[in-house]
Amino acid sequence: MATEFIARGQDLELKGIRKEFPGFVAVDNLDLKIPAGEFFALLGPSGCGKTTTLRMIAGLESPSKGEILLGGKDIAGTKPHERPVNTVFQNYALFPHMSVLENVAFGIRQRKVADPLPRAEKALAMVELEHLAQRRPQQLSGGQQQRVALARALVNRPSLLLLDEPLGALDLKLRRQMQIELKAIQMEVGLTFLHVTHDQEEAMDMADTVAVMNQGHIEQLGAPEVLYDRPKTAFVAKFLGQSNMFIGKVMETNSETTSIEYKGRKITGLTKRSEKVTGVIAIGVRPEKTYFHETEPTADPGLNILGPGEITDIRFTGVSNQYQIDIPGIGVMTVFAQNVGRSPVVELGAQVYVSWKIEHSFGLSDLPSGVEEDQ
Amino acid sequence: MAFVAFGSQAPTKQQGPARTGWVALFLLLPGLFYLALFFITPLVSLIITSLKQPSETGAIGNYDYGLEFGNYVYAITQYAPQIFRSFSFALLATVIALAISYPIAYFIAVKSRNRPLLKGILLTLVIAPFFISFLLRTFAWKQIFSNDSMVVNLLKDIGIFGADSYIIGTSFAVVFGLVYNFIPFMTLPIYANLDRLDLSLVEAGSDLYASPSKTFRKITLPLSLPGIISGTLLTFIPISGDYVVASRDFLGGPDTAMIGNVVEANFLRIQDYPTASAISVMLMATIVVLVSAYVRRSGTDDLL
Repeated sequence: MATEFIARGQDLELKGIRKEFPGFVAVDNLDLKIPAGEFFALLGPSGCGKTTTLRMIAGLESPSKGEILLGGKDIAGTKPHERPVNTVFQNYALFPHMSVLENVAFGIRQRKVADPLPRAEKALAMVELEHLAQRRPQQLSGGQQQRVALARALVNRPSLLLLDEPLGALDLKLRRQMQIELKAIQMEVGLTFLHVTHDQEEAMDMADTVAVMNQGHIEQLGAPEVLYDRPKTAFVAKFLGQSNMFIGKVMETNSETTSIEYKGRKITGLTKRSEKVTGVIAIGVRPEKTYFHETEPTADPGLNILGPGEITDIRFTGVSNQYQIDIPGIGVMTVFAQNVGRSPVVELGAQVYVSWKIEHSFGLSDLPSGVEEDQ
Repeated sequence: MAFVAFGSQAPTKQQGPARTGWVALFLLLPGLFYLALFFITPLVSLIITSLKQPSETGAIGNYDYGLEFGNYVYAITQYAPQIFRSFSFALLATVIALAISYPIAYFIAVKSRNRPLLKGILLTLVIAPFFISFLLRTFAWKQIFSNDSMVVNLLKDIGIFGADSYIIGTSFAVVFGLVYNFIPFMTLPIYANLDRLDLSLVEAGSDLYASPSKTFRKITLPLSLPGIISGTLLTFIPISGDYVVASRDFLGGPDTAMIGNVVEANFLRIQDYPTASAISVMLMATIVVLVSAYVRRSGTDDLL
């Protein structure tokens, strides 16, 4: 069957997708909508079901339940070769017995599109590899193979391009470069990209929308800035970046602020930035939103102040220093201070106070498991 | 991370195999000695024998050194049908064995990949015949196909065979026996190849709009070519020289003799050593030419 040659991306919608394997459920009741032309990242640790989800969209696995709608049509029952979807595989899966050019032309040849070779050459030119067209894939470097895999998928102008951790095998420097190129290509061709990755920086860097996945379901979905600034669950708070977290019973709440009691101290956040305002809740703050002071700051309802505590570890990372501060009765907090010459210079063992603005707190809908058990 | 841009790459030094020459040569010595003693010597001896002439005393089995190229002409004119038959049988049996073995190998290597128990059982079944002597197994088939056997009687009862039809001694029986005996030699190399087949390539094929049959033809089959080549060589070459299956003591008859049977008869019964040697040399030369043409033609070097 010859699929239409579509010039732009299409909406993808997953409705109630469930995938069971013998002995476990990989994906459970997943709903997802990706608008046409968007760069969407599915982010999660290994084993969270993200690759299974991608394989179901590609047709390499069939869902146990649910619908996969592409441009409004349910494609869940169709074979992979009948779907206008292409994949860039994790290990690239380039055909070793064909030249680079033949690899790229493979899809268009199958669809009996006219002039397969000129089209393939154009696609190779887009990834700046036209001079290697006659080589075999195994003669290319990892980064070049990755670009061939991308050209081989893009040349078909799929409604949806699936990327299965395509940058995982590259070294850090090359990965950065490919991230920038991939994003530029996506803007240029305007196709819908679904990128699966476990690298949070990569997801935040490239995607318009990130869905954080955990144990077969989506924890939170949104723009990277929103996810980072306002994580709703403990998993997202820990998986995307680092967080200091405090668990305690709500002691007062009004339309403006909500406070919990944490080991005899009051920790406050904004009510509109709290998922839950009753019972025992977790309040967190990002380490770079916290400051330390050598003298006790004056009390201020707009500030959470903890301390004094001892600096037990200083890690120099170039642009910032990462401090571990052990506050008696509270626990260990992490504070990041930019090395811009404004933070106090302290040494290991110094006694300091930690503060942050209450509008930088975020209240979670659930409690973190395993860390910071309390009361 | 913000420092990526400064990541430096130290140039890696290439370490060539420059100083290994003498050690390698020393380690090769036993092998070279073995080859010289047990391969080159008999080969030279065979060629010399093939050029010998009848002894002047005229005693049977006695020959003198000479350059009697007529032995070759005699061998060809006398045994052309057997030579032709050998290669035809070998070709036919190889093709049939391939048609049977490829699906078996594919099933074991690809379809049973995630089921180690099933895979182990199937592989054992492929290898199991080796536990019984090749001669015994061939003889067992002679029993099964013999003139008053159940198989022949059944075929007569249902009317496929006439009253005086038989199986033993026919080309069918010989090709059948050859295929049977050589199926493991075809199956195992193909299995070994398909076992390494990267299934993501097959998935990539279907992802790129190729139907399952197209994916098989364009991807799986070309990638398994090295296995097919070794399998066909491991069957075609020994079958060409086989003298057991086609012999009258086993599944063959007067009209099914192959080169192996001719060589055996000339060496052991007629004691015509020069003719037997000439045929052997020709068999060897023909196989070398055929096989090198085949390997070159199939162009598998870039897959290995």
